[in-house]
Amino acid sequence: MADLRNNFVGIKSPNPFWLASAPPTDKAYNVERAFKAGWGGVVWKTLGEEGPPVVNVNGPRYGAIWGADRRLLGLNNIELITDRDLYVNLREMKQVKMNWPDRALIASIMVPCVEDAWKAILPLVEETGADGIELNFGCPHGMSERGMGSAVGQVPEYIEMVVRWCKQYTRMPVITKLTPNITDVRKPARAAKAGGTDAVSLINTINSITSVNLDTFSPEPSIDGRGSHGGYCGPAVKPIALNMVAEIARDPETYGLPISGIGGITTWRDAAEFLALGAGNVQVCTAAMTYGFKIVQEMISGLSDWMDAKGHRTLDDICGRAVPNVTDWQYLNLNYVSKAKIDQDACIKCGRCHIACEDTSHQAITQFVNGVRHFEVIEEECVGCNLCVNVCPVENCITMEPLAAGTLDKRTGKPVDPNYANWTTHPNNPMARQAAE
Amino acid sequence: MGTTQSGILHGRLPLAEYEANFSDLHPPLDKHEALVAADRCYFCHDAPCMTACPTSIDIPLFIRQIATGNPIGSAKTIFDQNILGGMCARVCPTETLCEQACVRNTAEERPVEIGRLQRYSTDIAMRENKQFYARATATGRRIAVVGAGPAGLACAHRLAIQGHDVVIYDAREKSGGLNEYGIAAYKTVDDFAQKEVDYVLSVGGIEVRHGEALGRDFSLADLTEQYDAVFLGLGLAGVNALRIEGENAEGVEDAVDFIEALRQSKTKADIPVGRRVVVLGGGMTAIDAAVQAKLLGAEEVTICYRRGKEHMNASEFEQDLAASKGVTIRHWLQPKRIAVKDGKVAGIELDYTTLEDGKLTTTGETGIIAAEQIFKAIGQTFQASGLGALQMESGRIVVDQDGRTSLAKVWAGGDCVLGGEDLTVSAVAMGRDSAESINRALAVVQPLASAVA
Repeated sequence: MADLRNNFVGIKSPNPFWLASAPPTDKAYNVERAFKAGWGGVVWKTLGEEGPPVVNVNGPRYGAIWGADRRLLGLNNIELITDRDLYVNLREMKQVKMNWPDRALIASIMVPCVEDAWKAILPLVEETGADGIELNFGCPHGMSERGMGSAVGQVPEYIEMVVRWCKQYTRMPVITKLTPNITDVRKPARAAKAGGTDAVSLINTINSITSVNLDTFSPEPSIDGRGSHGGYCGPAVKPIALNMVAEIARDPETYGLPISGIGGITTWRDAAEFLALGAGNVQVCTAAMTYGFKIVQEMISGLSDWMDAKGHRTLDDICGRAVPNVTDWQYLNLNYVSKAKIDQDACIKCGRCHIACEDTSHQAITQFVNGVRHFEVIEEECVGCNLCVNVCPVENCITMEPLAAGTLDKRTGKPVDPNYANWTTHPNNPMARQAAE
Repeated sequence: MGTTQSGILHGRLPLAEYEANFSDLHPPLDKHEALVAADRCYFCHDAPCMTACPTSIDIPLFIRQIATGNPIGSAKTIFDQNILGGMCARVCPTETLCEQACVRNTAEERPVEIGRLQRYSTDIAMRENKQFYARATATGRRIAVVGAGPAGLACAHRLAIQGHDVVIYDAREKSGGLNEYGIAAYKTVDDFAQKEVDYVLSVGGIEVRHGEALGRDFSLADLTEQYDAVFLGLGLAGVNALRIEGENAEGVEDAVDFIEALRQSKTKADIPVGRRVVVLGGGMTAIDAAVQAKLLGAEEVTICYRRGKEHMNASEFEQDLAASKGVTIRHWLQPKRIAVKDGKVAGIELDYTTLEDGKLTTTGETGIIAAEQIFKAIGQTFQASGLGALQMESGRIVVDQDGRTSLAKVWAGGDCVLGGEDLTVSAVAMGRDSAESINRALAVVQPLASAVA
């Protein structure tokens, strides 16, 4: 039986599944339900300064896009940080932590970018017994207009400064939450590290407009006929998040910096992928908001069963295992040759592979053979691009088959070279490095 | 209260039960159901469903239009190929046409519900009375169409939008042909056939003259003389006879008459049915009659077909439908003699049959089924007069690919032609294609526009 216990910068939880700072973690009521359902930890919804709390809109806070059968693929929100009194939150946090000592409880914090504000709130949070803090430098709407959230996260110097204050005024581990609304996520990660952060968490939500109402011409979600950009999350953002996590995991300057992975995690498989790309644990929100807290049971059993099947005993056995395999394009092996292969028994003859290849790619799939509807790869034309695999509605019907070294590539007319060779040494590359004489 | 008394009686069921029994066989999809069903379409390239459709409707396109919230555009895609797409959505044996070809059958043995989706968008467009076609500039050409059934209506509509003036002659009181008189009531409820006729005719330029029969009130020669072209969509007016002892006894009826009476009845409670009913035949008509006899409250309904299950013209779906309604289907039985008592049907004696060297023969054994009512559904025949020298073969009109007959200016289509398929959708295709052919034949030769203005 795989051991799912998680130790993230000293914060212990029975499994690596935390709920991200968001609506599901705004109150003791919700968090109690989450812990009962089995979540390993929660990042409490972001606390603000003492005083009158923020106010939210009273119209819709969420927009969405859907796939077939109205499966929710992407969610967007314009909700702000907690709109409850600071002390109510602190009291509830303390009680919940007492009730659930084995679970992780992290306080997300967002106060103005002045030293006194951070100095004031940190002892209050510490007093609750929280296991750590997460600095919300990611929220892209509302708070950013007030100089907080992603407005800080987009300026590496501010990140470093605030992290430094936090490390100075609290003994609690500091997790710096990063915004994806920047061009190079490594810069803020490096700044957080320079400030002394214990970890980073990412991604926060992405600036987005989910849709436009074509009757009223208002963006959605529409508040009295107008809309503003909101934070995009859910399954649709996962590939973006995976890349950003990997970028930080393989950056020599931040290599080894603990990462809490966030972004569209919906199943155990998503979580395992984040862990493999260097995350020490994961945070989930949209999946819980779509299906309820019970989904963590699928995540726990799925991860555990997969680890058992593969012989991985602890999370350390899988964390970061895919990181060495992430590289730059220029280092990919140009002598690796694969061709699409269509399993004729599995093919349902929809013709989508043919038309995709014919119209938009390399004219490498037949439509008729001897006058009969028949879809077959023309190896002389196939560049191995994988588009047919991606558009085929039948799983494993089309596969990419690597050509063994020495076999003839019918497209080039040359045998497959067994040696690794990449762009840096390719003769077509004007910058190609010459082999040493 | 109903009754199980013997004899051929009406009112066997309480009124409410008639209503329930004859309600829509496939209730329409609501918007959500339609979206879920449409999402299953793969938008195949050169889609097999489209090839399987006799009218070649662009099925992937109309389903994608439903999925993207454009049912009106979807309806236009359908009507472009098949102006009777609403009825075809209800009566097409989709399980042997588009839905049989659907690649989802290979994937998971459950095709996209093409028929019901087609009904979804055509219903919306017709409810909103969306008219997609404007008539071209009047050509001054006049065309006679004989028969206001699916073939005639499709032909007339296409001719009308091309700018021709059309007169349809029909022997009956109402337009629609088999759509109005020959299809089980539960397949087309709420007077849909007449609503569809109105929708088709509202394009303009089509006059319908009811109660005028070819051969009785006018001849084909009269029409070719008065009109620029003639289209014959006559259907099959006659029925095959059994030619066995007892055929004239009280209680032996033609299934088509029974089906017609049901369609013309509002409540169905006035349609009499036997306690024990035998239907002879293996096609859709046999099924329609048998199922409806059961729905009217007959206690025992048996279809007797002289060949095996695999030879039945009725689709698998129709056979299953009959079974689910409690109809017994018996194979390899051929009528030998109708037993008569006091001038009324008492039962039927049948020969057991078998195939010997591909030929149907009797085995020598016989069986008897007690019955008070026997419906004949053993095929229809082409019955027309006044056709002059029109070339016929096997009792049907001979036509070429474009629907041209042996006579100049005369086209024909639907069940009355050789190769007719006994399908509404095929009749529509033939009517439409004949209209195109007529239009080409009538086209005024335009002088070529000069390249130099």
